[in-house]
Amino acid sequence: MTSSTIRPASDYPPGGDAFRHRHLLGIAPLTPWEISYVLDAAEEWVELNRSGAAKHDDRLAGLTIINAFFENSTRTLLSFEIAGKRLGADVVNMHAAQSSVKKGETLIDTAMTLNAMRADAIVIRHASSGAVQLIADKVDCPVLNAGDGRHEHPTQALLDALTIRRRKGRVEGLTIAICGDVLHSRVARSNILALTLLGNEVRVVAPPTLTPPAMERMHVTTFTDMDEGVRDADVVMMLRLQNERMDGAYLPSAREYHALYGLTPKRLEKAKPDAIVMHPGPMNRGVEIDSSVADDLVRSTITEQVEMGVAVRMACLDILTRRKRGVAGWN
Amino acid sequence: MELKPLHIVNAQLIDGDTPRSGSLLVAAGRIAALDPAEIPEGTETVDAKGQWLAPGIIDLGVFATDKPAFHFGGITRAALMPDSGPLDGAGLVERAAKGGKPDLWVHPLAAATKRLEGKELAEIGLMKQAGARAIATGRTRIADTGVMRRVLSYAASLGLVTIIHAEDEGLTAGAVATDGEMATRLGLASAPAIAEAMAIARDLALVEETGAPVHFRQVTTARGLDLIRAAKAKGLPVLCGITPAHLLLSDTATGDFRTFARLSPPLRSEDDRLACLAAIADGTIDILASGHDPRGPEDKRLPFAEALPGMAGAETLLALGLGLMRDGHISPGRLFELLAATPACLLGVDAGKLAVGKEADLILVNDGTPWQVDAKKMAAWAGNTPFDGMPVQGRATAMWKGGQRIR
Repeated sequence: MTSSTIRPASDYPPGGDAFRHRHLLGIAPLTPWEISYVLDAAEEWVELNRSGAAKHDDRLAGLTIINAFFENSTRTLLSFEIAGKRLGADVVNMHAAQSSVKKGETLIDTAMTLNAMRADAIVIRHASSGAVQLIADKVDCPVLNAGDGRHEHPTQALLDALTIRRRKGRVEGLTIAICGDVLHSRVARSNILALTLLGNEVRVVAPPTLTPPAMERMHVTTFTDMDEGVRDADVVMMLRLQNERMDGAYLPSAREYHALYGLTPKRLEKAKPDAIVMHPGPMNRGVEIDSSVADDLVRSTITEQVEMGVAVRMACLDILTRRKRGVAGWN
Repeated sequence: MELKPLHIVNAQLIDGDTPRSGSLLVAAGRIAALDPAEIPEGTETVDAKGQWLAPGIIDLGVFATDKPAFHFGGITRAALMPDSGPLDGAGLVERAAKGGKPDLWVHPLAAATKRLEGKELAEIGLMKQAGARAIATGRTRIADTGVMRRVLSYAASLGLVTIIHAEDEGLTAGAVATDGEMATRLGLASAPAIAEAMAIARDLALVEETGAPVHFRQVTTARGLDLIRAAKAKGLPVLCGITPAHLLLSDTATGDFRTFARLSPPLRSEDDRLACLAAIADGTIDILASGHDPRGPEDKRLPFAEALPGMAGAETLLALGLGLMRDGHISPGRLFELLAATPACLLGVDAGKLAVGKEADLILVNDGTPWQVDAKKMAAWAGNTPFDGMPVQGRATAMWKGGQRIR
């Protein structure tokens, strides 16, 4: 099912020209073939990760990867940590709660400190849009954006694209409905960029209070009616609704949101019969998604997304450290 | 010390729409004559060598007394916003007014309300006696319409103009950008551009009712400018201003999260920028100011939303204004109305024009000198300019305050 979508290496420019970026700050700077290059590379890691007990490839042995998380995260941090360790790197996690950031140290000073420790790659999550780029400008090693404010979360979009590609056999020409709190979502922004770039019809389905401005400029169509928005979709991608959005400022209540925008089995019937259901997690069961949909083994890809996440992050860490490791053609 | 009379010869005088050859005589700190027939004994002569002789710039609405930047920019008078302090008492106003001595006029703008909180009237009358030339709402507007109405009528009774920041705080809460493709792509919290027109509309209704004179310090949207245009047509006592940033930059300048382009109000769409250019050309905009607000790296080298708004604008004001002139939007005479004559009128100071009897605050301008804006080499105490790297033309080469040579 997957082999047909992987291109031969000869389809890509040679060596480092296949992925011409020092950092992975977002989907915005990437070309379609660069995305596809990462997805192809990730397929290999899917195989390794599924291959019994020994899931090690030590190509990053001796390299130090710092996961600097200025915002709480469980699954993304874990996913990056596992990805680094499976590649043999020494992985260190820095949580904002235990760092000097809380003591008033500026972000730039923190960046300089991490740089002085001679990390070979830094993975950063921060609550402010643009913070990761700010750090990337100050350090000598590759920086991977693990989510910055509402801006981008590129590895999430890549793992979603990989999941779609494996389930649908392609990630182009599909109708994809992204539903929920798009306004506050970096996952939505990165996915809109990636999925439109790859040639899909992307819809944004959200209450007007949670729809970002100028959506038409992002080449998506907007819907405020969930039934209309998911009609004949190949992919229904749900977003997490943060609890603090339900206090009346953006939405009247969780139960009203569920009534109007929750993904129920009945709503899902409007989509194509073979439509898949995605969610970046963690889910609010009974709010944006019904348990029966989330747990539907045929339709739901939610655990598969987590699995693809490790593979995609392994691919990104491998590709971005190739220059440092002196891989032939990457200089 | 008695000043010697001063005769500036071989100048291009900016006392009409276009520069004209002439000379100017200064005596006792004031302009004594244009093209004088007789020159008193002991007069010092300065050869302008064909440069422009213009009134010193009166920069209405700066946030710091940053003398080196003002001197570089040909600014002889700066009207200081009340935000630092805040300037809400007579003593503070008096001290701020002395902050520029001896070589810069500082005209404090008094806080309209105590602590600029928008709740209780500040001692506007006492601050006027202490030297306040107008009052201002500061970086935000007065949210409470009842308070605003009382502020306007009270200030008007004292003959003071109220300088207003026009943004509806309900719409702009938490926002650091204007709604649009750029803000959406960058993932920045944004507010609709109509937040400005909403605020202007409310205050224009109050002006119509109270008759109080107001100045909207920055009007930056097409909708806002339309309201101002209509109010002027009705004969309401309304002025409005702008900085070069909103005339020359749109929100695309915030790309790559450039915090030097984080301004208040935020940069607008290209359509709004073009509307601002049209409004400065058709006379709707009355005042061009720098909005000078120097911010060091501790305020600017941060993620975009955490950085403080503001730009160091004093040094680039004249050159960017000359650019507007060269691009055909305004004439030389109109440029100095925007930079000097109208601000002088608003503040009630006897300067801002090359006319007999006015205080001799003068600058020589070489309108052609090319230079490049360089954030690292600014005279201002911080180099937070959104125009970093831009090639510009024209700078002040000499400056007098009350007939006394400053540089």
